[in-house]
This record gives sequence, structure tokens and C-alpha cells, in this order.
Amino acid sequence: MVVFIVAIGALYALPNYYGEDPAVQISGTKGVQADLATLDAVKENLAAADLTYQSASLANGQVLVRFNDYKSQQMANTLLSKSLGDEYSVALNLTPATPDWLASLGGVPMKLGLDLSGGVHFLMEVDMKTAMGRAQESMIGDFRTKLRSENIRYRSVKEAGNGVEVIFRNSDDLAKAESLLKRTYGDYLFVDNEDKLSLKITMTDAKLKETREYALQQNITIIRNRVNELGVAEPLVQRQGSKHIVVELPGVQDTARAKEILGATATLQFHMVDQEHDIRDAINGRVPPGSFLVNDQDGRPQLLKKRIMLRGEHIIGAKSSLDQQTSQPQVNIDLDNKGGSLFSNATKNNIGKPMATMFIESKATGEKNPDGSLKFTQVQEVISVATIQARLGKSFRITGQDSPAAAHNLALLLRAGALIAPIAIVEERTVGPSLGAENVELGMQAILWGFALVLLFMMVYYRAFGLVANLALAANLVLMVGVMSLIPGAALTLPGMAGIVLTVGMAVDANVLIFERIREEIRAGKTMQQSIHQGYDAAFSTIFDANITTLIAALILFAVGTGPVKGFAITLSIGIITSMFTSIIGTRAVVNALWGGKKLDKLPI
Amino acid sequence: MQFLKVKDTIAFMSHRKVASMISILLVVASIISLATNKLNWGLDFTGGTLLEIGFSQPADLVKVREVLEASGYDDAVVQLFGSSEDVLIRLGQRENVKAEMLGNQVLSILEQGTGQLIDMRRIEFVGANVGDELTEQGGLAMLTAMICILMYVAFRFEWRFALGSVTALAHDVILTLGLFSVLQLEFDLTVLAAILAVIGYSLNDTIVVSDRIRENFRKVRKGTSEEIINISLTQTLSRTMITSLTTFIVLLALFFKGGALIHGFATALLFGIIVGTYSSIYVASTVALALGISKEDLIPEVIEKEGADQEELKM
Repeated sequence: MVVFIVAIGALYALPNYYGEDPAVQISGTKGVQADLATLDAVKENLAAADLTYQSASLANGQVLVRFNDYKSQQMANTLLSKSLGDEYSVALNLTPATPDWLASLGGVPMKLGLDLSGGVHFLMEVDMKTAMGRAQESMIGDFRTKLRSENIRYRSVKEAGNGVEVIFRNSDDLAKAESLLKRTYGDYLFVDNEDKLSLKITMTDAKLKETREYALQQNITIIRNRVNELGVAEPLVQRQGSKHIVVELPGVQDTARAKEILGATATLQFHMVDQEHDIRDAINGRVPPGSFLVNDQDGRPQLLKKRIMLRGEHIIGAKSSLDQQTSQPQVNIDLDNKGGSLFSNATKNNIGKPMATMFIESKATGEKNPDGSLKFTQVQEVISVATIQARLGKSFRITGQDSPAAAHNLALLLRAGALIAPIAIVEERTVGPSLGAENVELGMQAILWGFALVLLFMMVYYRAFGLVANLALAANLVLMVGVMSLIPGAALTLPGMAGIVLTVGMAVDANVLIFERIREEIRAGKTMQQSIHQGYDAAFSTIFDANITTLIAALILFAVGTGPVKGFAITLSIGIITSMFTSIIGTRAVVNALWGGKKLDKLPI
Repeated sequence: MQFLKVKDTIAFMSHRKVASMISILLVVASIISLATNKLNWGLDFTGGTLLEIGFSQPADLVKVREVLEASGYDDAVVQLFGSSEDVLIRLGQRENVKAEMLGNQVLSILEQGTGQLIDMRRIEFVGANVGDELTEQGGLAMLTAMICILMYVAFRFEWRFALGSVTALAHDVILTLGLFSVLQLEFDLTVLAAILAVIGYSLNDTIVVSDRIRENFRKVRKGTSEEIINISLTQTLSRTMITSLTTFIVLLALFFKGGALIHGFATALLFGIIVGTYSSIYVASTVALALGISKEDLIPEVIEKEGADQEELKM
């Protein structure tokens, strides 16, 4: 069994031996797929620039080119992103050089943390104060409209603390309003004050949580979209806690560009489609004054009126769903109060006419201004044209999407145009590729030196039994690497390597305990076999208790730690578990095989 | 081979008054230093911007400072890091510049000012609030760790041992923090991780000793509590020393071979292991003894450890 487990560990540790090849990954954007023609184009381009590469292949609609070194990878990346143009995105990548038979068994090398691979780590914070402020504003508006529509007179509606306070003229109105609002808004808390004729309304904890959650999720969605634009092979966008978002971009060196793109703003505008003029004239250069031409997502031009009916900042929510009667996909949009009245005015005379939704995004062009900052262009695109069916108010829907997926996408873009809460970078860690490689080198040296010294010491001090312990230590290292490779999401970091070093030192502890115990028993005059038996038995509970408590410390470290600390906690935890296995069960098996069942006068310990 | 051939029991506990005095003095000194000198909090906690850059030839620090000052970065702390080509630049928080853009700005200023090609090795920027949260979280982590451990040890052993081992832990943590405060070494996240590892290590040691004390209380029928603790400490001394030694060896490898980034981590652990070894011998046992641990507490009617009695019968 022991041999089997160690063999499995070794098998999954093996991919690390083969390492990774620097590669460039080319995939199509906007529905274009990379095909054989793309592959040929890539090959031609590389040949023309005299760049040598290991292999170029086409799989899953992506072209993957492997290189022998990082320099040619970088050069190819610059070259290909220029020559292939907008329809393809070119990303740097590290591809495992694992042989096919091993890869088919699920063998993959360990992931390297950013401090070892180089790249950027951002921690972004969502401004929850603004999110809450917006929620309050919308509450105020909602209550005003509701009270007015039911003809309940009030003196004022204003922000107060975490909620909203409504003041009435008499207690009769107060009572009426309270029962009305309570019925309409289930997820608010109401506190009335008869003396002051006031009604205080605050969000329930559940509603508060939902509002925060929504702001966070929305930002995550938007950041994901923007990160995809950066052309990073394996980006990570993840929430952390209640208001933070972690963004990790391995291999990105131009951090300025990454930051500008992440921080870029997107807005929405609604315009009427100009039907009075001929679009063909406009395309031929005779654009009527008061109108302009914009392409839609398929590249077809649309002629829109210049007057902006509504800006995206008034959108407070957008969800895609299916119409219950027709099962057609639709997007439900909610506007704030101001937006509602603006939109109502703008649509009342346009019923039956098409309205376009335009998405505007600032994109970095890749060129720089003289002062070093990036040049931006505004990219405008019509994302939907829909016919206005009725006078629209605060809450309306857009139908006519081809598929639920398209509706979902539109809802997402609509939300992107209206960030509830702004977001700011509160932490950045960038590690250059040279430092990353150096860290790997240093970490490996520390591990090897530590390992060698401990092996030497154990061999000298415990002789043959020391060799058995060394065998267990080696098996432990292999198991650790195997387990680390198998756990998805466990990345090796520099503190993680320190954790491995520490484990090497501490893993022998179990064997020291056992061996010292055996020596004691021998001194106490027991037979050799009895001593071995006693030694293992007596030491077990000690080893178990000692390791469990260390594991508690490691797990707490894992739970509260972030980034580098987490990496350390992972290797430490894995090391504790694997070392218990190898140093107790593993060495016992070897000791039994070597000395078991024989009558011995002396033990080489 | 054996380093320690101890025939007689060493009377560890007879020195416990001296040891306690030393421990208390060191703890008080650490606390005073922490209160007056404070810790040299790293960027992770204070917030600010840090750049590590590499020149292709030995760096001219004076020139780097001049260039930075000329551009208005007169609060920049410039120092060599690891080798003579690597330079570490620290900048405090500043208004009216978008903090996350600061690193890249300084980089381009230096490239123009020195006229050399600079290798960007590392840029770190941490916002001010993040640091506060981290400090809170770090402290919380240490407290949680200690409470969980206290509960586990109390459950597995006895409350006097639990209190003893947690006192030992607190002792080790305070002394290690004290060292960082006295020497004004930078306290960053990796050092925090190291201190939690020290907790784990020190505990490991303490448990091994406590385990033996418990065993001996049951096995050795005569003798005072003090004598039994002495016997147990003597029996485990060899193991304590060897494990500390192997751990020390690997940490030395880490300290000398692991590079500058990991120095603080290795320092905290090296020191922590020395005090951890000492505290497992003196602090934990002394506290348990002072709380009046005795045979009766550990030979209860309830068998805590399954099979403990049978083991003796087998002999």
C-alpha cells in the first residue's frame, strides 16, 4: 500500500520534471475562430521574422505556438498582435510540456504563484459607501412616488443615518403611509415616532447584504470583461471578503496598461434611430446634421439622432429573463427616478419608432502620449435596436433578442454602463520576470541545501535507521509535490517554498521521536523486536497530538491569510499530513521488511 | 551516534525560579520595546509604494536620490537590496497623485534621469486602509490560533497543561516580536506567517514534553511532581535537541540561500525555534507545576488515552 501511494504521488509529481514551455496563444474574437488558415498565417509570419519555435498547433479553435525561450515568445507576441489585427487576441501563455500519456492521466505541473512566475496582483475595493448612498437615493425617490400616487401628504423625505426619514403633517397620514409602505416594501424596517410625526425606514440586514452583494458582483463581471481584453492566458478575478476583488494577471509586464484598462469607464446612451433620412446617403458622406453614423455589433452602420434620450448613469438594474407568455428572451431595466421621468418624456412622442442603445467605452490604443500616458479612443457601438411599444417609465423591458444568451449579454453590458459603486485599486504587487525566475532559483537552492543537510545528519546520527528516515523524507517531498500538483488552485509561492523547507526540517521529528524511544527501550533492557514495537506504539499518540496542533495553526493561517501567507499555509498543511504518513507508516513498513521477524542482538540505530 | 548520553536525571525544575525570572525579564523588556520602539511595520501594514529595480552595473544611490529629489520625491527612502545592483525605493502616501500610478511614474523618471536601462523587479503598492485591516486580521489570527490550541490541549490533556502550553506560546510570540522591535527589523506579512509557524513549532515541542510528563505520572509510582517532570524532561531532551537542530539546519539553509525577500521570515523562525525549545522545557512545565499539577490529576478514573493501561500490562 505504501509503495502504491508513493508511486501515485510520484506519477503526479512527474509533470513538474518536464516543466513548462513559453507559448503564445491565438484565439479569435467576436465569433471568429482560429482555423488552419490562421495557423498558416502564424507560421508564415514567424518564418518571415526568422523566429524559431518548437511547434505550432491548432486545437479547440485556438492556435498554440510553443517556443524554446522567453525572448522569442515576447518577440512573437509583439509581432503577431500587430500582424493579425483586431480579429484575433494574442496572449502570452505557459504550456505544460507534459508528455501526452501523462497528461491523459490528468497530470499537470504545479501552478506557480505570481512571485515566482512574474505578473501583477491587484486588490480592488468597491466603494460601498457610494453603493449605499445610491440605494438611499432610490429609496427616497420610490417613497415619494408611492406616497404621491396614493395621495398621502408628507412634509419631507430625506436621508437619515442608514435609512430614510419621512415627516408627515398629521398622525393620520403617518398611519396610512406606514401601512401602505409596509405592504409594498417587505424588505425594509419601519419605526414610527408619533410625537415627531416621523417614519424612519431602514433596510433589513438581508436587503443591505443584497445591495452590497449586487455592487460587488457587478464589479466582478465588469472586471472579468476588461481582463479578457488584456489578452492574459490565465487571469484570475475573484472576490475576497465582502468588498474586495482580487485580480491576478500572470505574465503581464506592462502594468500601466493593465491599470488603465481595468480603470477604463464604459457608459451607455439611448438614441432614437433616424428614419427620416436615407442611411445610404449618410454612408456616402452626406450625414444629415443632427444625426450620426455608428456601427452595430455585426459591423453594419446605423444612423442615429444626436439627441441623447437617456444616459446610462440612470440605470440602476438590468436583468435578463424569459417572457412568461411567449418565452421570448427579454431584458428588464430599472431606472432611477430622474431617469424615469426623463425617459417618460422622451418616449411619449416616439411610440412605434425604433430606439438604439449605444455602448461607449474608452479603450487604450497601445500608443502613448508624449508625457507617457496612454492614448485612449472612444469606441462606440450599437448593442440593440428595439421598437418603443408604449410610453416608458422607470421600469421597462427590451425584447427582440435572438437568444437568452444574447439577452443575458445585453443585460450585462447595460449594467456595465451603470456602475453602482466605483472601484479603486488599493493594493498592487508587480513582480518582474527576472525576479520571479531568481526567486524560483533561490527557493530551489534553499530546499536542496536544507534537504541535503538533514539527510546527512540523520544518516550519521541514526545510521541504518537514519537511512530509512531519509527514504521517508524523500518520499514525503515527492508526495508533497504530487499533492500540490493535483490540487487545483494551489499555487507554489516563495513563502510556500519556505514552507517546504520548514517541513523538511520538521518532518524528521516523528522519526526522531520514534528512534529515541526505541533507543530508550533498548537501554531499558527489552529485546530488539519489543523495542521497535514499543517505540512506534508509544511515539504514535505524541506525534499525532503534536501534528494536529500544528495543523490547527496552519489551517487558521490558511483561513485568514492572503496571497503569500496562504501559499505558506498550503505547503505547511500538506507537508504535515504527508509527513505523518511517510514517517510513521512508511518507515514502519521498511523497518518491518528489513528487521521484522528476526531474532536480533543489536539494532543499527 | 549520540550527542547526549544522560545517565542521571537532570534537575531542570530546581532552576525554574532563575528561568522564570529570565523569562519574565525578557517578556517585560519585549513589551517595553514594543511600546516605545514599536514595530518597524512593513509596507503590507503601513501602506505606501515600494519599488525594487535592478541596474546592469552597481547602482549609484546618490544619483538615484538626486533624480528623485529633483522630481519632488524627497521623502523617498533609497537603499540597496540584496546585491549592489538592486535598489529598493520606498515612498509614503501622497496626495494629488493617483497612488497606483506612482510606481510606474517613478520608474520612468529614473530611466530618464539616470540614462540607464532599468529592470523593473518588483512594484508594490498598498492602500492605507488595507494595512489597518491586515493588522486587525493578523492579530485575530494569532488569537484564534491560541484559543483553538488551548481548547484542543485542554481536551486531550488537562487544563493546567493547556494553560502551560499557551503561556509558552505567548512567551515565544512576545519575545520574537520583541526581537523585531529591538533590532527594528521590518515586520511584513511573511514575518507574521513565520510567527504563526513558531506557534506551531513551539507547541509541537511542548506537547511532546507534556505527553511524556503525563505518561510518567501514570507509570512512575513514587516521586514528587517536580521529580517526575525532571525525569520526563531528561528523557525527551535528546529528541528536543535533535529536532530543533534539524529544523535549525534547514532554516539556516533558507536564511543563507533563500534570498533577501525571505530573510525576515527565516530570522523570525530561527529565533522562534530557540525560544520555543527553551520555553517547552521551562515555561510550560513551570506553569503546570505552579498551578499544582499532580498525579491525581492525570491518573483519573476516566481513561483519557485509549489503551494506555494495556500497554503497561503487555510488558
